[in-house]
Amino acid sequence: MTTIAALRETSVRHPAILVGGGLLVLVTLIALAAPWLWTVDPHKLSPLTRLRPPNANAWFGGDMVGRDLYSRTLYGARVSLIVGLSVAVLSTVLGLAVGLVAGFVRWFDTIAMRMMDGMMAIPAILLAVAMIALTGASLQNVVIAITVSEVPRVARLVRSVVVSLKERPFVEAADMVGTRFPALLWRHILPNAMAPLLVQGSYIFASAVLIEAALSFIGAGTPPDIPSWGNMIAEGRNVFQIAPHIVLFPGIALAITVLAVNLVGDGLRDALDPRFEKR
Amino acid sequence: MTYVLGRLLATLPVMAVVAIIVFSLLHLSPGDPAHVLAGETATPDEVQKIREALGLERPFLTRFAEWSLGILRGDLGHSIFFGRSVADLIVQRAGPSIALSLLAMGIAIVIAVPLGTLAAWRSGRAADRLSMGFAVIGFSLPVFVLCYLLIFLFSVKLGWLPVQGYRPLSEGAWQFFRHLALPSLALGLVYSALIARITRASMLEVLGQDYMRTARAKGLGLWRMIFRHALKNAAVPIVTVIGIGFGLLISGVVVTETVFNIPGVGRLTVDAILRRDYPVIQGVVLVFSAVYVLINLAVDLSYVLFDPRIRQ
Repeated sequence: MTTIAALRETSVRHPAILVGGGLLVLVTLIALAAPWLWTVDPHKLSPLTRLRPPNANAWFGGDMVGRDLYSRTLYGARVSLIVGLSVAVLSTVLGLAVGLVAGFVRWFDTIAMRMMDGMMAIPAILLAVAMIALTGASLQNVVIAITVSEVPRVARLVRSVVVSLKERPFVEAADMVGTRFPALLWRHILPNAMAPLLVQGSYIFASAVLIEAALSFIGAGTPPDIPSWGNMIAEGRNVFQIAPHIVLFPGIALAITVLAVNLVGDGLRDALDPRFEKR
Repeated sequence: MTYVLGRLLATLPVMAVVAIIVFSLLHLSPGDPAHVLAGETATPDEVQKIREALGLERPFLTRFAEWSLGILRGDLGHSIFFGRSVADLIVQRAGPSIALSLLAMGIAIVIAVPLGTLAAWRSGRAADRLSMGFAVIGFSLPVFVLCYLLIFLFSVKLGWLPVQGYRPLSEGAWQFFRHLALPSLALGLVYSALIARITRASMLEVLGQDYMRTARAKGLGLWRMIFRHALKNAAVPIVTVIGIGFGLLISGVVVTETVFNIPGVGRLTVDAILRRDYPVIQGVVLVFSAVYVLINLAVDLSYVLFDPRIRQ
């Protein structure tokens, strides 16, 4: 089957991937093309458009200091996508490393898994809050803080895959005929871990976008001068009753983005894991 | 009994690791935390004061030993801003947070379990699609966005409920519930999405079992069948996700209290972030994690009720 045919087949059987993927591509394109989509400087203050509701000149209206909300919402997509993607990639790589070692090295397993249990007992937002309080707010620290709280989920997943695979005859056979360890990992373990990792990765993406927004909203996230959706909602908080659009536009953008990623995750899970196939 | 004892003992190392992580963060963070906490405009004197307050100059192990002994006695350190004991601050603010999370949890279960059951029962049909669509959306809506949507509808447009604020139960049940209605509904809806999905999956599994066909064949009524047989057998994963999802609920409490200006532990945390009051943040993280571990301990223990095999 050619790739295109395979894609078509997947999208027919799992429309969630198509819908979610389509939305996600759209959000990504908007984020990349933000400067050319009739936006103005998202930082430019203009006292005349303060709290102005949506109108023909400013499609989403103006915020408390008259910045153009349409431009800020479009640029805000960049922050969410950067954080989501970085956290998903970093925590998958780190979790994979920890999980693989834990799956094969017994003494490390005991220590690492106790450590992961402890980390998972700390609610993600709070762990991130504590870390950011100590290191200061920056995009980089937000990514690191969310990554740290997501790594245990990946590590435990990879470890459980490794432990169950190790006992399987084809892995034992490969080991017995003298397949070297790196080859064993590359040929037998990793391919079997790919599907769950991909699904997990997309859920982590969604959760990272949500956590970044929540952190920015409570004042422990992206620095306030960067237009992120969480920051915009936090800024509109005190004027919500007179100018609800300041909160609603970034809020809707945030919800659509997270929904898109979750749909992709659900679709991938259904497509890759036959146990979850809809009955 | 061995099961109960085993579960109880298993929480100890988890809490110990949580304590180690929470404590080490302060000492492992790159750069000078005293500097970060003091803020950019701080004088060297102020930085020095914070460094002393946090004990950053003394050896790591000595500090850790003192700190953990303190925790065992219920001493979580002192707030830099208030100069008061962190434990007192948390106890003082606990009421609203407990009320909010219990109410949200109740709402979530009341919505999610029937919805998930319905979805499993009508699997593949419109009712299933609709309820699972609701679940995916609920799962993707950030709590604070949902809060604002609800405020917009029920407070700003309709004027039925207060925009924000909190009234303790002692000032009358009516005002108490009126003020908590929107925050707990928002939080409960998000939480219910998670529970509904697992309820559906777990019920699907049970409804496909032979004994369910037998129950139907012997002419058992629909309700009896679902409640007596199906739900009881599907309960373990549902209760498990209620416990795991409690972490989500805790994060939601912090955000929701900010939106609605509820003077709870979440609000205390956010204020501590703004005031760079690290001992308070540290204490809150520790207490919330302990609550999370205890809730999950309760979940583990509740398996005994649903699964007689564990009792033996």
